[in-house]
Amino acid sequence: MERPEMIQTLLRLLGPGRPELGCEECFEALDRYVELQLAGRDAEAAVPGMGAHLMGCPACREDYESLRDLVGGEPAP
Amino acid sequence: MRLAAPRAGATATRVRSPGVTHPDTPAGLDRESREWLRDLRSRGIAYDDAVARLHALLLGAARFEVARRRPALPHLRGDDLPDIAMQAADDALMSVLRRLDDFRGDSRFTTWAYKFALLEAAVKLRRRAWQGREVPLEPEAWARLATVSPGPQEDAEQAQLLAAVQRGIEEVLTPHQREVIVALALNAVPIDVLAERLSTTRGALYKTLHDGRRKLRANLAARGIAPDWLERRR
Repeated sequence: MERPEMIQTLLRLLGPGRPELGCEECFEALDRYVELQLAGRDAEAAVPGMGAHLMGCPACREDYESLRDLVGGEPAP
Repeated sequence: MRLAAPRAGATATRVRSPGVTHPDTPAGLDRESREWLRDLRSRGIAYDDAVARLHALLLGAARFEVARRRPALPHLRGDDLPDIAMQAADDALMSVLRRLDDFRGDSRFTTWAYKFALLEAAVKLRRRAWQGREVPLEPEAWARLATVSPGPQEDAEQAQLLAAVQRGIEEVLTPHQREVIVALALNAVPIDVLAERLSTTRGALYKTLHDGRRKLRANLAARGIAPDWLERRR
């Protein structure tokens, strides 16, 4: 096994190690977080704990990346 | 309970009555979002038309998600994918209509609605990818990880931390925490797949994972192990 895989495994096992949202809270705030981020605002300050959760939960991270890329590809309102 | 899911072009089952009192439209909404809410709270043709437009919007998002994940799912049959996108759009439509009063205007209405379609499509794809596969709940991966031979200082540090974490999993976690953390973090089983197999939710499983991780970190700290270097490798 290569070292990066071991590091990824350790990161998954130990998680972000700082306060984070749960999956439901993440889903509730996801649209706001993405729009703030795309607008160049401090999304993490507006939704504390979101960044840590996206680090610790691969499924929510994928959902976040999809919404960010889908909305980011749209014309501005 | 799952509400009947309409197909494109069909009239959706009305899941809320326009006569029912609902919160005022959130202040500061953009014009397009206000129009979506107005039309989805109307009656007759305007309502049916809005539902059809919403379904088309959600189907577009579901197709976006399917296309995005397709390269990672070579074993899925190509003709399964349009069905998955359609099912995701149908289920997302029901969720959006059911939760219309939950929309607080923190984003554009379409951004809020998209997340339901993306979630439905992603969950269905993850589950389809694992259909018929056994979910590994045992720590088989330890054996693979143990094959790393300590060499440079860095590798030895990683191997030492891994051994300490393994010991922590065996000593301080409950059987359920152990099962969840081994499946999700060690064997990389998607959380939605494990949730389905264990008849629970993503949120409940993540709470178990989170509690287990906290115990493992506390156990490491009690032994004087601080994985600070690991945080810098993210």
